Amino acid sequence: MTDALLEIAGLSAGYGGSRVLWDVDLNLMRGRATALIGRNGVGKTTLLHAIMGTRLASAGSLRFDGTDLSPLPPERRARAGIGFVPQGRHIFPQLTVMENLETGLSARGGRGTGGVPAHIFDLFPKLYDIRGRAGGFLSGGEQQQLAIGRALAGEPSLLLLDEPTEGIQPNVVQQIEAALAHVRDTLGMTILVVEQYLDFVWRFADDYVAMQGGRIVRAGKVAEDPAAEVAKLVQI
Amino acid sequence: MDLFLNQLFNGVSLASLYLLASLGLALSFGLMRVINMAHGEMLMLGGYLAWATLLVVPGAAGILIAMPVAFVGAAAMGGVIQTVLIRRLSARPLDTLLATWGVSLVLQQAARDLFGAVGVEVRAPAWLEGSVELAGVVIPTARLFIIGVAVAVLGGLALILLKTRIGLLVRAVNQDRMMASATGIAVGRVDLAVFCLGSGVAGLAGVMLALLGPVTPSVGQAYIIPAFLVVVMGGLGSITGTTAAAVILGVFAALAQLFVDVSVSQMLLLVFVVLFIQFRPQGVVAVRTRQLDA
Repeated sequence: MTDALLEIAGLSAGYGGSRVLWDVDLNLMRGRATALIGRNGVGKTTLLHAIMGTRLASAGSLRFDGTDLSPLPPERRARAGIGFVPQGRHIFPQLTVMENLETGLSARGGRGTGGVPAHIFDLFPKLYDIRGRAGGFLSGGEQQQLAIGRALAGEPSLLLLDEPTEGIQPNVVQQIEAALAHVRDTLGMTILVVEQYLDFVWRFADDYVAMQGGRIVRAGKVAEDPAAEVAKLVQI
Repeated sequence: MDLFLNQLFNGVSLASLYLLASLGLALSFGLMRVINMAHGEMLMLGGYLAWATLLVVPGAAGILIAMPVAFVGAAAMGGVIQTVLIRRLSARPLDTLLATWGVSLVLQQAARDLFGAVGVEVRAPAWLEGSVELAGVVIPTARLFIIGVAVAVLGGLALILLKTRIGLLVRAVNQDRMMASATGIAVGRVDLAVFCLGSGVAGLAGVMLALLGPVTPSVGQAYIIPAFLVVVMGGLGSITGTTAAAVILGVFAALAQLFVDVSVSQMLLLVFVVLFIQFRPQGVVAVRTRQLDA
């Protein structure tokens, strides 16, 4: 078993005839949080969708915990241990908060037992208070907490998040940051987070990967490279 | 007044048939955005299965045994159509329309070859042959039974959708297919379960039709157009909307017959739905969320 939980090699993907990702190589190490940064349209979201299987790669390989992901549909990837918090959150609008969380249990497959893990309500106490409310009527911050909670309900080993702080008020951003640090530090979860808010990721991430024009142009450790220097490089 | 009350009751009775015929369509369209042109033949299949069951089990309990038989038989046929055809054409909705129309023609011809073009009679048991008088209106027991079955099916579906794990997964897939898949829900299995359930309910509707008239190879065709109108007017996939639309259209069609003949009332029904959709394109029930309100 290697230290890399996810191994991406030569990955290309796009939309119709338009290619967005070009030969992306990336290894995500177990138990580490990696920030994926870059300007709008450089392929960050496409990369997350290619990992999740909601956008198929046109070339390259994806190995998760030693398993080839390429032939697997998104639900099998989720059951293999990949949790997804997409941009725009994609809460099921007519399901209650509790029901939204319960859908996340599907990702466990044969792993784990019982209902929604209690630690989700410890991380986001507000969710417990509003557990009977329909998802479509929550504020942006509440929806983001719910989207993360739903992904955590499946007890993933890799958590993918796409701009979790977008349009969220500062105190909720702090809660999200604490929750992500908690699941990495106590559960050993591996995290890949797309983010343009560098102050946020530089506070809790371990590694960063910078993208430009569909390619990875720089990768390193957050502790070694100042955020301002990386921001200047990728022009954000 | 008696004539009006009588037609009103007939409207409710017709509405319960429309509802049973359209619930399956609403479920499968809501989930897969698939228009199943062979849905009428699930009604036909249910009718023939009721006839066959009553040949084997004549007597008072025959019809009660025919109902689960028709449900399971039509559900199995629906499962075959979904697995062999619809699942493979999921990205091509227009091709699905044509392919299921083809299935509809094949099933009708198969019934014609097997049972003849004239049709077969299902004799209702004695306990369904009488009538009761309510507020001066004579109500046939068979029609009351059909209304009861429609209410029970609606209640059962509501229970499945709102109180069971599979119901939760169906609602999740219905609301956001991509996210449901990324959450680990086996969307293909949910599609299959819903298609079988919808076909089974249509099979049950076929048993009810068999109580009212002969079962012919084209018996489903008479109900498939009103069923599509109900689904469109209901808000494409909404069970609450489908129920409301079935009641509105059933009562409208029956009351129209106070003034015009059946053919003209069918035409008026179509005009009514066209005008309704013109002014309320989202149907009777529209989804409201904070994002849509903004």
